[in-house]
Amino acid sequence: MAPKSADALRVPVASLQRRAPDVAQPVIVDVRGLGKTFKKGVRAVDGVHLQVRKGEIFAFLGPNGAGKSTTIKMLCTLLRPTDGKASIAGFDIETSPREVRRRIGLVFQERTLDDQLTAEQNLRFHAVLYGVPKREVEERITRVLAVVGLTNRRSDRVSKYSGGMARRLEIARALLHTPDILFLDEPTVGLDPQTRARMWADVRRLRDEQGVTVFMTTHYMDEAEYADRIAIIDHGRIVALDTPARLKAQVGLDKVLLSTADDAKAAAALAKKGMTAEATAKGLVLKVPDGEAAVARIVGAAGTGVRNVSVHKPSLDDVFMHFTGHEIRPEGAQDGAMARAWMASTRGR
Amino acid sequence: MTQFGNEVRTALMVWRRELIRFTRSPARVITGFVQPILLLFVLGYGLGKLVPGYQQFIFPGAVAMNVITTAIFSGVSIVWDREFGFLREMLVAPVSRSSILAGKVLGGAVVATLQGCLILVLAPVVGVSLGFVAILQFLGGALLMAVSLTAFGVFVASRMKKIDGFQAVMQFLLFPMIFLSGSQFPLQDVPLWLAALNRLDPLTYAVDPLRRILLDPANLAPDLATLSQRSQVQFFGETIPMWSEFVAMALFAALFFGLAVLSFRKAEQ
Repeated sequence: MAPKSADALRVPVASLQRRAPDVAQPVIVDVRGLGKTFKKGVRAVDGVHLQVRKGEIFAFLGPNGAGKSTTIKMLCTLLRPTDGKASIAGFDIETSPREVRRRIGLVFQERTLDDQLTAEQNLRFHAVLYGVPKREVEERITRVLAVVGLTNRRSDRVSKYSGGMARRLEIARALLHTPDILFLDEPTVGLDPQTRARMWADVRRLRDEQGVTVFMTTHYMDEAEYADRIAIIDHGRIVALDTPARLKAQVGLDKVLLSTADDAKAAAALAKKGMTAEATAKGLVLKVPDGEAAVARIVGAAGTGVRNVSVHKPSLDDVFMHFTGHEIRPEGAQDGAMARAWMASTRGR
Repeated sequence: MTQFGNEVRTALMVWRRELIRFTRSPARVITGFVQPILLLFVLGYGLGKLVPGYQQFIFPGAVAMNVITTAIFSGVSIVWDREFGFLREMLVAPVSRSSILAGKVLGGAVVATLQGCLILVLAPVVGVSLGFVAILQFLGGALLMAVSLTAFGVFVASRMKKIDGFQAVMQFLLFPMIFLSGSQFPLQDVPLWLAALNRLDPLTYAVDPLRRILLDPANLAPDLATLSQRSQVQFFGETIPMWSEFVAMALFAALFFGLAVLSFRKAEQ
């Protein structure tokens, strides 16, 4: 396969069809005031409230140590909460853990496959653990392997798999017992960008074609973009919970950055048309509700030689900063430009 | 499918996995071979010059040792399962932990018994003749012993958070237990402290019945018969019956299996 750039493989975020929570769908994850205090007195999760409906892709976004994994572990019955309540598909996580486990598919941060076994053997093992009826096992294995595109690697030992393939196999395995909801705890940690993109495409397809509900945690901003709704968690508390678009809308307007031959002259020309431009070191900045739509109008009004124009939408980084007062983590941050329109000036030569 | 049926299927699947992994690692089989071969052909031949019949005498000890080390190793291998994540896949499943551990113990025990059989094949080479009944008895005895030691290994592993502890377990637990078990020499007419340690060592009751089965004094050369007779475990001058040793092994197995289940229930998430 010819190497492709990561960007070429990425599903363009702007074109994703997100779904607002469909109130007609039943609530699958119902969390009420869930909290966890560890023995040493550390309050890892502090009164989390949230509801996830069937068919949603729900992302839990926060820095390492914010309480994401602790929450997901409690929901998966791997850890007992110290306060609050939660139910999965109608079953209480504390009183009926086995019923909950039967109905969830889990993909952990760390690899949980047996490398010595083949993909098929790993899946068969899982089918037995989850009580998949014998006569259905064969057909289901074939189906889940097809879903993640590993059909022709079925009889390979997992030790021969790449990190990305192993992760996809884990997703296939988590689907084998037809769970109501898939929990993915930082599923893309340690994967390269291409593999991450591939995994997200798979997850979205699962939701679109099979109606699987997905609850996932991540500390990558760009991944949270794939979700229908995002909960931002910091220091064990949910500080914001909404669709990516609405969260961004809360943060503020789009910024249009304009660079011209003579900024002062352009600013004056814009002011005449009733547009306020702020002069910065990088050029003129205009705050408008819909950046892309305003570009033509702004360029027309500026009059003098426009060198380039770029539109900056509020990013999730901005959202995160807005709600928590700090950045998620320096190296994971994007450059803040969601859509960029470079325009060569025709007159400014 | 009933819940009970699921539990049984789970145990069988875990059991099968142990066997698959056994066939996938020929290196393990060969490594397991080295020690008994040294015992049998180096120690056995060397000491055999001084003690007539010693090479035959040590044969059951060599077989037992192969079963013992493999069994404990199989049990402790659950630490690897934890390290490589697969334990988590098993423990989060909607099945009881005792089914998983039962499969692990039975699988490990069958692997260990198979390892023992590999040495048993050498019987004619060292001049030990085995009847059909003796072989059947051996299989039963070895399996019981392997079950209890795998359970012991699983229990030890449940208390071990890191692979690093493995060497320590071998040095501080397994080697003394093997030396004190009387697998290489009779430990009956010895000072009280040594006799006491020997009687406290659970391996004593695993090795002794195997030797009684494989070296039946009734059809041995006089020297060897005496040696074999003298190695039988005695309490207050009386040789204890073989069935009591089997009972001891079974209790040992039940005890450590129970402790392992409790330990996994409490500690693992």
